[in-house]
Amino acid sequence: MATPSIKISETPLVLHVLRRADDALILGHRLSEWCGHAPMLEEDMALTNMALDLIGQARELYSYAARIEGKDNDEDKLAYLRDERQYRNLLLVEQPNGDFARTIVRQFFYSVFADLYWRAMMRSGDATLAAIAAKSEKESAYHVRHSSEWIVRLGDGTEESHARAQAAIEYLWAFTGEMFEVGDDERGLIDAGIAVDAGKLRAQWLKIVSGIAAEATLTLPSNDWMQKGGRAGRHSEHLGHLLSELQMLQRSFPGATW
Amino acid sequence: MYTQALNTSDGEDRGVEDAAQAARFQARIDAEERIEPNDWMPAAYRKTLLRQISQHAHSEVVGMLPEGNWITRAPTLRRKVALLAKIQDECGHGLYLYSAAETLGSSREEMVDALLAGKAKYSSIFNYPTLTWADIGTIGWLVDGAAIMNQIPLCRCSYGPYARAMIRVCKEESFHQRQGYEIMLTLCRGSAEQKAMAQDALDRWWWPVLMMFGPPDQVSQHSDTSTKWKIKRFSNDELRQKFVDATVPQAQFLGLTVPDPGMKQDAEGHWRYSEIDWDEFKQVLAGNGPCNRDRMAARRKAHDDGAWVREAAAAYAEKRQARQHAQAAE
Ligand SMILES: [Fe+2]
Ligand SMILES: [Fe+2]
Ligand SMILES: [Fe+2]
Repeated sequence: MATPSIKISETPLVLHVLRRADDALILGHRLSEWCGHAPMLEEDMALTNMALDLIGQARELYSYAARIEGKDNDEDKLAYLRDERQYRNLLLVEQPNGDFARTIVRQFFYSVFADLYWRAMMRSGDATLAAIAAKSEKESAYHVRHSSEWIVRLGDGTEESHARAQAAIEYLWAFTGEMFEVGDDERGLIDAGIAVDAGKLRAQWLKIVSGIAAEATLTLPSNDWMQKGGRAGRHSEHLGHLLSELQMLQRSFPGATW
Repeated sequence: MYTQALNTSDGEDRGVEDAAQAARFQARIDAEERIEPNDWMPAAYRKTLLRQISQHAHSEVVGMLPEGNWITRAPTLRRKVALLAKIQDECGHGLYLYSAAETLGSSREEMVDALLAGKAKYSSIFNYPTLTWADIGTIGWLVDGAAIMNQIPLCRCSYGPYARAMIRVCKEESFHQRQGYEIMLTLCRGSAEQKAMAQDALDRWWWPVLMMFGPPDQVSQHSDTSTKWKIKRFSNDELRQKFVDATVPQAQFLGLTVPDPGMKQDAEGHWRYSEIDWDEFKQVLAGNGPCNRDRMAARRKAHDDGAWVREAAAAYAEKRQARQHAQAAE
């Protein structure tokens, strides 16, 4: 016997909050896979710290999504009882950890975006979202700092680290465009001053990312073809495996309390 | 997570040092003074402590692996966060302990190399597998619980840096112990299936946890000098008995059965346990536990896969320093 997936009333606001929550949970989950296996104990600590921040953000966002949805869902039902087509995270954050360079580049691309996003969201007309943003921005600012420092060390470190960092950038670049995508369902929220227009963050993101890449002697691809789909629930093959692990106990013990 | 009584001390190496210095050292120990890194100490004292503290550090780090096996499968977000934070604490313990050991004159790198070369030991308990979610509860409850029994006396260890590290570590270990017990309580109050999961975990972990206290007193070789130096304040059997006496009522409260049909409470209220299978303990220490190979392989893989990262960090630091020097020279 298995616990079936829940149904969600996907109003624009619920969907909007779930997208943020899913990004945070899936990236936090990926980072948590490093715990005990990092290149040095200090990185076990740091990657775990970022995982804890992100999963913490996800919990607040899921709880808020459940509250506005107004059914009897909660943070755990939203995280553990939706299937991959119901997940709305960016393709970027579900990409496997790969080597340390790929994990750091993924973190860097996302954190620079998230930090801009949360900073803008602090002015949201929705008081709960503004409060979550204020707390999350402090965390993402640290994630930007930590990942940027590593980008520079890897890019300007050894020949091998440079090659690995450059390869990671090439691999992940096509997943960055999705961060700036705005769904039709989000327009109303943006006009009402509740949601942030992610499209407007792109120029600033590119400026920050280019600056750090230059310092790291790394090159950003000129290819601007972008892979999309995550926001609409069309994921890469990796997400299903991640969810089957994440959801294993909730799916196999219907109704149990843990 | 845990320090285990695995080694003999090196009492036999002494003898060449100045007798007056040794007498002054012992007088300080007897007066319960703390020995600090720059103080004179017998070579054997240094060697014994270095071995014990580095083994303890290795145990914290290897101990991240069995619990880490459930991070991605934790059943709720609250449990996932708590488990991650707990494992992060263990990593922090490893870091303080490596630093404490470094004050005795060995580098973290040397200590880690000894572990990866199979020359240094870590606690036998981490060579057992975590098969179900109940194992996460059981490790917190029993393994952290046993660690606390062992480490509380170490807060008064004669070596200052170790004693201070233990004070900080013990606070976190007791939080871990309560958290583990709370997982068990939730399982035991849950469905029949969950309760059976909890009982199965206790059945598998009970005896290995009792082995954590080390060999029985009549065969334990190291206690004399360690006791005289106030590194060790209670014997293995004393600590084991204290642990059993504290734990049996907790198991009863959970409604779980300790897997020792011969266990009886004596007239003084002590729970007397049956013979421990010391052959199993010896096998696990010799590398033949169920997970020894996996644990070492995981640590070596993390180390080897991370080599290029550590090299990059070092190369970058060097370049940066060279650039700063060049700038200063201009
Ligand atoms: Fe610990
Ligand atoms: Fe410990
Ligand atoms: Fe612990």
